[in-house]
Amino acid sequence: MAEALLQHTKEQNIKLPEGSIEKETVTINLGPTHPATHGVFQNILEVDGERIISAVPTVGYIHRAFEKIAERRPLYQITPLTDRLNYCSSPINNMGWHMTCEKLLDVKTPKRVDYLRVIIMELARTADHIICNSVIGVDTGALSVFLYVMQYRELIYEIYEEICGSRLTTNIGRIGGFERDFNATAWTKLEKFLHEFPKALKEFENLLQRNRIFVDRTKGAGPISAERALNYGFTGPNLRATGVDYDVRVHTPYCSYQDFEFNIPVGTTGDVYDRWLVRNQEMWESLSIIRQAYQKIQEFKGAEAEVYHANVPEYYLPPKEDVYTKMEALIWHFKIIMGETEIPAGEVWHSVEGANGELGFYLISDGGRAPYRLHFRRPCFIYYQAYPEMVKNAMLADAVVVMSSLNLIAGEMDA
Amino acid sequence: MELTNEYIKQRLVEKFGENVSDFTEPYGMLTFETPKENNLKVLQFLYDDPDLKFRFLTDLQAVHYPHQQGRELAVVYHLHNMIDNVRIRFKVFTNIETPDVYTATQLYACANWMERETYDFFGVNFIGHPNLKRILNVDEMDYFPMRKEYPMEDQTRIDKDDEMFGRGGTF
Repeated sequence: MAEALLQHTKEQNIKLPEGSIEKETVTINLGPTHPATHGVFQNILEVDGERIISAVPTVGYIHRAFEKIAERRPLYQITPLTDRLNYCSSPINNMGWHMTCEKLLDVKTPKRVDYLRVIIMELARTADHIICNSVIGVDTGALSVFLYVMQYRELIYEIYEEICGSRLTTNIGRIGGFERDFNATAWTKLEKFLHEFPKALKEFENLLQRNRIFVDRTKGAGPISAERALNYGFTGPNLRATGVDYDVRVHTPYCSYQDFEFNIPVGTTGDVYDRWLVRNQEMWESLSIIRQAYQKIQEFKGAEAEVYHANVPEYYLPPKEDVYTKMEALIWHFKIIMGETEIPAGEVWHSVEGANGELGFYLISDGGRAPYRLHFRRPCFIYYQAYPEMVKNAMLADAVVVMSSLNLIAGEMDA
Repeated sequence: MELTNEYIKQRLVEKFGENVSDFTEPYGMLTFETPKENNLKVLQFLYDDPDLKFRFLTDLQAVHYPHQQGRELAVVYHLHNMIDNVRIRFKVFTNIETPDVYTATQLYACANWMERETYDFFGVNFIGHPNLKRILNVDEMDYFPMRKEYPMEDQTRIDKDDEMFGRGGTF
């Protein structure tokens, strides 16, 4: 029986066309849905043994035409669209969008609003880095750290919940400020987070930073030089890991970031380990910024301590109870909802330091109620182009860990 | 020396004369226009010049102006000088029948996908691009969806009056 099986004729093999050379590499389809890719990413890899010869990324699986939709939506209805870009840190996207509108409409926000925004944005950055860094742990075989720090992301989501009522796609804030002031529970939860998270972060660090398996697995994986990174349009922690200290919060301060003291951590080699270290240090910096902002907010006295939005009735929806009882509030409510407020014509570029890079908004208004054109500069769409170069000649297992270390978010990439 | 918009403008005019025009500064960002044949020269000059050093391509996208005869599509470049922290923006206009613009991929690796995206949504044909095909939409798509002639919602719907919700009609 065995002999019969071995004596198969050549015809039973896969037939190659006449004159062709047999291929020595194997084509592997990594993704689009694979537990290790953390999102909808497809890569067609050409591998020789375990070594990657080339990678061809395909994007666009969850394209939802946000830029087209935005051309038919009034400004405040675009905020929920921005939630769904980088959904691991949607408050940063929301705030970035509000600030773009405020720049166009020439709205000045009070200091207290800026500080409240800084708290929310830094919490979002921390939540995003928690995910990204712990997922690098998962991809190198350490699942427990991921499950452990996930509880603290939960604390952050609970704070969002107190302020805007939702957790993941937050739609937090309004043009000019916040929809409501932080309530007592929100402050208590923030204090709890500030008290408990540093210990957990320290423990998280201890589990991975000098862990032999983790270091061996990540050091030297997917490196990129500063020059190539700049040419590829890298921004955010991935660029800083290569040694370039570019941070939008410092270079072009928005939302009163100039009032805060913080460092920009930088790496040297731009490999997975450096990216992990930079993000980790950024979480400590974020915590320090949140503490400073909390201190500054405590210092406001009297009426100033109650302010949570700018006085811009043309764009800021009045409280619902006022709409039922006050004439002006009803008029403004009607004008905002029915789109009768004037929006100036102009073109605005505004960018914020998103959790994974420089998130830019390019808004062209022709005076209509909706933007004439709105373009999102999505950082990970731009730097994902470097992926084939980064995994070339790497091992197959590195393809996965390099991808997670880049903090790629499919929602942002495909917009 | 601080790199001011005034100085950048002066250098550009010195170099390109009439080929750079329409200087404006919306919200502080120097914006100008150049003929589409000239886009690579401007990019290269801004990159190489030891004073200007615009070496980071922040963003590249297009805008469709259907009412401007002969210059319907604008390709917009946002550049950043990270050393002096100055941003500028420039535009090239092209007609919609032959939307050919030279590619910036030789200078900036990141222009590759940005140009593919621009091609995908607006149909700008980047000459010399190594792999100009659709990126976010399906390959079989036979139109360029971000152009203004493609309305977002089904125009046969009668339960919605678009005049009440922003721009009415097709555009």
